Amino acid sequence: MSARRSLAERLVLGAPWVWLAVFFLIPFLIVVKISLSQAALAQPPYTPAFDLADGWEAMVGKLSELSLAAYAGLADDWLYAQAYLSSLRMALISTAFTLAIAYPMAYAMARAPEHLRPVLLVLAIAPFWTSFLIRVYAWITILKDEGLLNHALLSLGIISEPLRIFATDGAVVIGIVYSYLPFMVLPLYNAIARQPPELREAAADLGASPAAAFWRITVPLSAPGILAGCLLVFIPAIGEFVIPDLLGGSDTLMIGRTLWVEFFDNRDWPAASAVAVVLLALLVLPMALYERSQMAETPP
Amino acid sequence: MKQTHFVRTAALLFGLAFLYAPIALLVLYSFNASRLVTVWGGFSTRWYASLLENEQLIASAWISLRVALVSALIATIVGTCAAIALARFGRFRGRIAFSSMIYAPLVMPEVITGLSLLLLFVALDIPRGFWTVVVAHATLGMCFVAVVVHARLVTLDRSLEEAAMDLGATPGRALLQVTLPLAAPSILAGYALAFILSIDDVVVASFTSGPGSTTLPMRIYSQVRLGVTPEINAVSAILIGIVGVILVAGYLVGRRKPRQA
Repeated sequence: MSARRSLAERLVLGAPWVWLAVFFLIPFLIVVKISLSQAALAQPPYTPAFDLADGWEAMVGKLSELSLAAYAGLADDWLYAQAYLSSLRMALISTAFTLAIAYPMAYAMARAPEHLRPVLLVLAIAPFWTSFLIRVYAWITILKDEGLLNHALLSLGIISEPLRIFATDGAVVIGIVYSYLPFMVLPLYNAIARQPPELREAAADLGASPAAAFWRITVPLSAPGILAGCLLVFIPAIGEFVIPDLLGGSDTLMIGRTLWVEFFDNRDWPAASAVAVVLLALLVLPMALYERSQMAETPP
Repeated sequence: MKQTHFVRTAALLFGLAFLYAPIALLVLYSFNASRLVTVWGGFSTRWYASLLENEQLIASAWISLRVALVSALIATIVGTCAAIALARFGRFRGRIAFSSMIYAPLVMPEVITGLSLLLLFVALDIPRGFWTVVVAHATLGMCFVAVVVHARLVTLDRSLEEAAMDLGATPGRALLQVTLPLAAPSILAGYALAFILSIDDVVVASFTSGPGSTTLPMRIYSQVRLGVTPEINAVSAILIGIVGVILVAGYLVGRRKPRQA
């Protein structure tokens, strides 16, 4: 009996292990390897290309052909550094705005009458279930120079000339805040709703004003939720491609877009791989932080 | 007290308006008779009619649907296994590496996931097409399934499983007949999540699909890049409608369950 059980257990553990190793871990090693190759007019477009059929010795021989040329290319061209910095800046600004909108929302939801909370929660998360692409697309119609927002503001007489929002960095920030808002609301709501109401009552009994109780009790106690929410927005925002591509201008620099262009337009696979490796290196710290916050949340 | 109540309600309404106004406008303008997307030219369903004649779009929709159904199924099976391992196997060897591999894809920039999978397929000399997209989406989806199901498993009362085993069930049978039925709503939610991730994805699919396996989001994306068209508004409205129906149905079903129990 116990032998059969351990076989079943091994299968349950082994299936996801093997799948993720083959389709998640190994692909990264290949990215690293190709980032050490050089672009070439070949199929696939880089050299050296390892081929198991060549035999072991030929492959070892080719190891010396690996080089850091792609990384040197990144370091030489100021554009790459700018793209990384600009992604970082946009992700930080977007995260700050998302937090500013999401916190009051999550707070109001957590303090709403109990029977309303499930409905509010569904309402706040539902947009996440509708297509990301469509939600970003919806903003094009709104933000364009001749779009709905300018149309409304002009006809109300608030502005006399159309605002230029579409195809700017501002539009990208709006798009990121909008797309990732549910990711921020959910952990914040959980962190605030979990706090026992007695804490605020005790603070009030001890003479704290509602504002003082909010800033000194509610906010510090929701810190894990703030951290998780910010990371859930910040990390994907840095590598975002669709939003800057659709809402940003031609001068909007973001690293996800740089990678895309290197790969699809320039067909420079080693450069695209090197961009990916550096991006990942930048994300290691926030990702480790996120994983730790998740594991602390749900002990084994 | 009144005042803070007002501020809270206002914050909530503002947030919800921000979330829903763009979607509502998009649906509204899909019924616009005018070809100019921002000028209201009267109510019309002509763009829906012209969709029916767009064979490319319909073919892509079928591909997307098939990819999503299959990849979400794989993701649910393997992801649930991962969740069981995380929730029930204690501190097994390599646990940290294992859970890192589950959590990392959740926040990994899509361009990196897409690029790395494409390079894997090229290295293995696998031609890109339907199945490479399925594998890519299953990989992403299973991590989401694992997290959702794991969250449910750790909150389940373990004494139920223990009672089953006291009554002579093997651990495997206790899992299959007690634990998994109790976790079924979360497994279903995981499937829905994996399905939606797949049917919505444009970046990973762009890297991993080949000729003849262009998904609907890829098709929409290439048209959107050229500008806003009323036809795309109509497709979007249909997709939003489908998700809306699924969500409302799921909400109603989910609300009824606890009362029966």
